Amino acid sequence: MTILLVLVPLALGLGGIGLIAFLWSLRSGQYDDLDGAAYRVLSDDDLPK
Amino acid sequence: MPQQVDLSVFIKRHPDGSASLDFAVDGITCAACIGDIEGALKNVAGITRARVNYTNHRLNVEWVEPSFDPAQVIDALARINYHAYPFTYDETEEREARRARWLLRCLAVAGFAAMNIMLLSVSVWAGNASDMTPATRDFFHWLSALIVLPAAAFAGQPFFQSTIGAIRARSLNMDVPISIGILLALTMSVVETARHAREAYFDSAIMLIFFLLIGRYFDQAMRRKTRAVATNLAALRAPVATKLGADGTEEIVPVSALAAGEHVLVKPGAKIPVDGVVLSGHSEIDAAIITGETKHQNVSPGALVYAGSVNFDGLLTIEVKAAGRGTLLDEIEHMIEKATEAKSRYLRLADRASRLYAPVVHATAAATLIFWLVTGASFHDAAIAAISVLIITCPCALALAIPAVQVVAAGALFRSGILLNAGDAIERLAKTDMVLFDKTGTLTLPEPVLVDAAQYDSITLEEAARLATASRHPLARALALHAKGAASLDTATEIRGAGVEAIVGGQRARLGSPTFCNLEAEAERALAHEPCASALAYRCGDRSAIFLMRQMLRPDARQSVDALRAQGMALMIASGDHADAVRDVAEELGIVEWKAGLKPGEKIALLDALKAAGKKVLMIGDGLNDAPALAAAFASLSPISATDLAQASADAVFLGERLMPVSLALATTRKAHRLMRQNLAFSVLYNAVAVPLAMAGLLTPLIAACAMSGSSILVTANALRANKAGRPQTEPRIHVHENALPTMMEARL
Repeated sequence: MTILLVLVPLALGLGGIGLIAFLWSLRSGQYDDLDGAAYRVLSDDDLPK
Repeated sequence: MPQQVDLSVFIKRHPDGSASLDFAVDGITCAACIGDIEGALKNVAGITRARVNYTNHRLNVEWVEPSFDPAQVIDALARINYHAYPFTYDETEEREARRARWLLRCLAVAGFAAMNIMLLSVSVWAGNASDMTPATRDFFHWLSALIVLPAAAFAGQPFFQSTIGAIRARSLNMDVPISIGILLALTMSVVETARHAREAYFDSAIMLIFFLLIGRYFDQAMRRKTRAVATNLAALRAPVATKLGADGTEEIVPVSALAAGEHVLVKPGAKIPVDGVVLSGHSEIDAAIITGETKHQNVSPGALVYAGSVNFDGLLTIEVKAAGRGTLLDEIEHMIEKATEAKSRYLRLADRASRLYAPVVHATAAATLIFWLVTGASFHDAAIAAISVLIITCPCALALAIPAVQVVAAGALFRSGILLNAGDAIERLAKTDMVLFDKTGTLTLPEPVLVDAAQYDSITLEEAARLATASRHPLARALALHAKGAASLDTATEIRGAGVEAIVGGQRARLGSPTFCNLEAEAERALAHEPCASALAYRCGDRSAIFLMRQMLRPDARQSVDALRAQGMALMIASGDHADAVRDVAEELGIVEWKAGLKPGEKIALLDALKAAGKKVLMIGDGLNDAPALAAAFASLSPISATDLAQASADAVFLGERLMPVSLALATTRKAHRLMRQNLAFSVLYNAVAVPLAMAGLLTPLIAACAMSGSSILVTANALRANKAGRPQTEPRIHVHENALPTMMEARL
């Protein structure tokens, strides 16, 4: 069962990365305009004309 | 209008030298508008960043150069048919936004911990049934403790803080048993882990926190959404005033930037923007929104005037006054204060439930402990049984039962154009059994309308209406609605205090007071039939007409009143207007009971009398004079056209010209109230099954986890049914006076 000593920290680490990513996205204001974000991804005004 | 509003009060300066300004934008109807607006602003020199928030219909613009004039933003948007109104985030909205982010952080931490703990717990449950070694089990339990203890300390803060607050105030709320349950479950789990026990309750504790936080977050998000719309609507009304400088310069400023003692100019036809004293000028004003009285008042220097009144024909200079002693406003604010104090604090359903709940649960736990000790069990076993009673009753379902319904019902009301002010408004609205209407501005539309347009010769009417477009007089504006889009006459000149004049087809046409058109006798005759109306005279050559304007009932007043009656409500009108006007309206609507000429204090006395007679009164009103009654009534509603003070005193505000939202609000809240009670009953049932198991010492963590999540999901699913009540069979079209509201309401949830 010593494999647990590797697997458990690995599982926690992966979960932790997810948590940190969420907190970062929250801090950078990505949840301020949920409706707008859904449409912005469809507009191609960032393409060079 | 060439004159620009001074925007400086709205600008936010940042420490890095840049500045920004927030706008509420009217006219955003679809996602393409985002690109339109941002694209248009990209071409304005000086703007470093422009970003539309599609959810809230807001725009944030940033720039660096100090010389940049933000009025360019308004102009640029006006060119592509959007109207931008500057506003500042008020403190409550900012506080709510901070709290929402905090709740979301807590939720994320709780979710992270819950997922990992379930991973470990399921292993232990499976291992307990098969061949897990005690050493591995202990390892998993300690690992759980390592994750849960810090996570619960962080994510449980909303509950712990509220508990500390409640204990300080020596009261009980739902968070007290929640916090006790969490703390006991964690403590017991740590003790059990140290004793190498087979089971621990870390998963129950963190799942409980996770589920409850979801409920809290949604509740908060709903309120934030309502507040955002309310702030936008306030910005759209864009209250501005013409400030008169000491050197006689005129400057248009937002009303919020005015200070007491400053002088304000009010032009004929304009709304009086502030409370104040008339310094110079004579005029007739319509103070219906203040007193409910539809007859116009004459004002002269020294008279007190109140914000919201409409200035008719004279130019007034007003000195801004803070609510001073002895003024009507002071008296009304005093009455509101007293009414709010006197209103026996309504005990919410949730609070009543938790007041009953906590002692019962704690007594049951104590009884369990004593029973097991008396029957000879060890103290350890007795304590485990007692604590598991506390854990299983930890009111996951109970704490979700009511907020979940509230959130869903508030969302349904929001979509039907009703914005809630108070959290417990749903319960109180549901319980009312009598409606007390104000008349002016509530049963009737806030602005006057031409009486019986069909009786006039259509050519004369159109000519007069065309002439009326040149005037800003409130009566003329009502007539101008009949101009059918015809352009106003270039030759029209406004003659102050009399009317407008123009040359039409070589003849002189005049529209204005009967004296101005030499039609006094005719006007008097016409008014004899319609004593509550105001007359506007028109003469062009030998053709002449007297147009009568009066307050008209809201278009669906009759239907709404019938619908309310069908809902079992008793109806009554309480107006500040004179008896003739009130009688007409009451007869037209078939309302038998009415009272006229009531002063604000008398409205409260009437409410008290009705309360003593056992009635739960829903007050609907809009005027400054209604504000104390709105605060004193069991529940209250006010239209969006109401004075600020009335809106602030009411439990909810409804949008649009229609009165139907009142009946809709009742239907929705009644259904929501029924669902709340169903959910409570379900929680009691759940406890009736689970508690005996816990008392018998048969409760395992697996059963606890299933029972808690299962009951939460069931209660939430039941709450979703409140959504249906808000959708009427025929979708209400929202027509609104203040031009822009419909698009604001299309903001989806």
